[in-house]
Amino acid sequence: MFDGNPIKLGAATHRRAALLGLALAAGLAVTGGAQAQTEILNVSYDPTRELYRDINAAFSEEWKAKTGETITVRAAHGGSGAQARTVIDGIPADVVTLGIPSDIDAIVKLSKKISPDWRSKLPNEALPYTSTVVFLVRKGNPKGVKDWADLTKPDVKVITPNPKTSAGGRWNFLAAWGYAYEKDGKDKEKANAFVGQIYKNVPVLDTGARGSTVTFAQRGLGDVLPTWENEAFLVLEEFGKDKFDIVVPPTSIYAEPPVALVDANADKRGTRKQAEAYLQFLYSDKAQAIFAKHHYRPIKREVAKPEDLALLPEIKLFKIEDLQGSWDDIQKANFDNGGLFDQLSKAGR
Amino acid sequence: MSEALAQGPFASAHGETVRPPASVVTERPLVRWLLIAVALIFLGLFLVLPLFTVFAQALAKGWTAYLAAFSEPDAQAAIRLTLIVAAIAVPFNLVFGVAAAWAIAKFEFRGKNLLVTLIDLPFSVSPVVSGLIYVLVFGSRGLFGPYLLDHDIQIIFAIPGIVLATIFVTFPFVARQLIPLMQEQGTTEEEAALTLGASGWHAFRTVTLPNIRWGLLYSVLLCNARAMGEFGAVSVVSGHIRGLTNTLPLHVEILYNEYNFVASFAVASLLAGLALVTLAIKSVLEWRYADDIAAGARRH
Repeated sequence: MFDGNPIKLGAATHRRAALLGLALAAGLAVTGGAQAQTEILNVSYDPTRELYRDINAAFSEEWKAKTGETITVRAAHGGSGAQARTVIDGIPADVVTLGIPSDIDAIVKLSKKISPDWRSKLPNEALPYTSTVVFLVRKGNPKGVKDWADLTKPDVKVITPNPKTSAGGRWNFLAAWGYAYEKDGKDKEKANAFVGQIYKNVPVLDTGARGSTVTFAQRGLGDVLPTWENEAFLVLEEFGKDKFDIVVPPTSIYAEPPVALVDANADKRGTRKQAEAYLQFLYSDKAQAIFAKHHYRPIKREVAKPEDLALLPEIKLFKIEDLQGSWDDIQKANFDNGGLFDQLSKAGR
Repeated sequence: MSEALAQGPFASAHGETVRPPASVVTERPLVRWLLIAVALIFLGLFLVLPLFTVFAQALAKGWTAYLAAFSEPDAQAAIRLTLIVAAIAVPFNLVFGVAAAWAIAKFEFRGKNLLVTLIDLPFSVSPVVSGLIYVLVFGSRGLFGPYLLDHDIQIIFAIPGIVLATIFVTFPFVARQLIPLMQEQGTTEEEAALTLGASGWHAFRTVTLPNIRWGLLYSVLLCNARAMGEFGAVSVVSGHIRGLTNTLPLHVEILYNEYNFVASFAVASLLAGLALVTLAIKSVLEWRYADDIAAGARRH
């Protein structure tokens, strides 16, 4: 919408547009509105589209009631790594809500737009909710997939996004690794080989979790889709419970999709107050209930509806930091150029 | 049909001399029909069927659902943005294309071949690269990044970046169409006008422009279709902010990825409609003014 946003993004945009496009553009780009309106931009990862539509509406409503100010929360979605890249390259995001801590670390390191202590600035290590990885299989589970070990069977085709660009892809990768590590006497070499075995069964690596979901559900490729718990439920709701089943593995990973304020952008745009309030709102009872409704695991379980919680079963969850150390190390060892994923892809070829 | 039978597999029974001379240079009717059928099936399968599917999917839940896809604020923003971008990119390339074609076709100067090659460049560069070059130049960590940041100018992930990327990919359309046409027309008419006392601008307006008008219209049409339909380069510089930097093609992808197939195909049908209109006008132009559009079979 271009209906008058006297904030810096809009103003600069229109100024340039007018310069470039002579009078023609100026006439078309409808500028200037009477009432003041604030905009903040939330750059998020792939599967949260439906979630943040609800959250943003709820926040705008509450902010209006509290301060009288009309606020529009804009959203951009894509693979978590790719989204971090756009923030580094200059998208004017006020807050980021990404799929994995290392993506926010990348923004800190490469652009310094986020303060390095971001994880301690918000409650629960900047995690307003958590999630995990479950399996989505075709109805009746024809390949009998029950646990991570089944993904290595030669006749099972696995659909998972590229861990280089997607947070979901990285959680899948780390979940499989952690499972093998715990199961097989904490042997790193064996865990590496186990993960390599799974990725031999992957016919296509999409850039984001949503891309993989479409590949599996819409295009009908593959036998199992290890994916975010919330994404698996969304597929059941969108495509019908008669087409797919969710298989919950006995153990899985404690997935941490963190949030952070993009200090440099918020200060520049003069939206720090609103952006901070938005992040605080994610910890409110109202937002927590919305997380549960969309099948994310809220940190305040008591405020969620019991029927929503009932769908989130108790699973033995392990924390990858406990097995591999800091996020710096995890990212470097597995996903940076020359890391484990690259080695496995090379060996698999 | 009887001809087909007569010249079919039994034709050799009559001996080579009986066959009309035409059959020596053209294929046998059976082969001919087979080739036409293959071509038609191919066309149907790869062009008509997908086009049909777009509209069928768009209308799968009826007209109300179809129209609802366009009343959504994000969809309207995408339509508006696409129109704005085309409204800037097309006139820019029109002016540039005519100027470049005029300079190249009517004058001799050093570096002319280099200029022609440069104009062609966007055709040979992948759209992803076309987008990335602007990220590298105008991004926060790019060439002008710090300067732009200091002066609060947002180029990529905003309208200017989308316009730049669109101009880049549609750069060659007008110039490429006009250069051979103007070269073919030569400079004699302009020279005559100048000898008779017309100013350069006057000669251009009254002699050159009328000569190229149909070719110009034709190229602008194609330029516009590409400007509105460009996905790759725009996707790289857009940032995909809903309601702000999503063009129509990007909006189609977003809706599709949100399992909103009806809305996705409804918006796609708008683009398909644009393509069909372009095709129709293009065909009319080609049919009516073939000589004025294509250089080659001209009056010389």
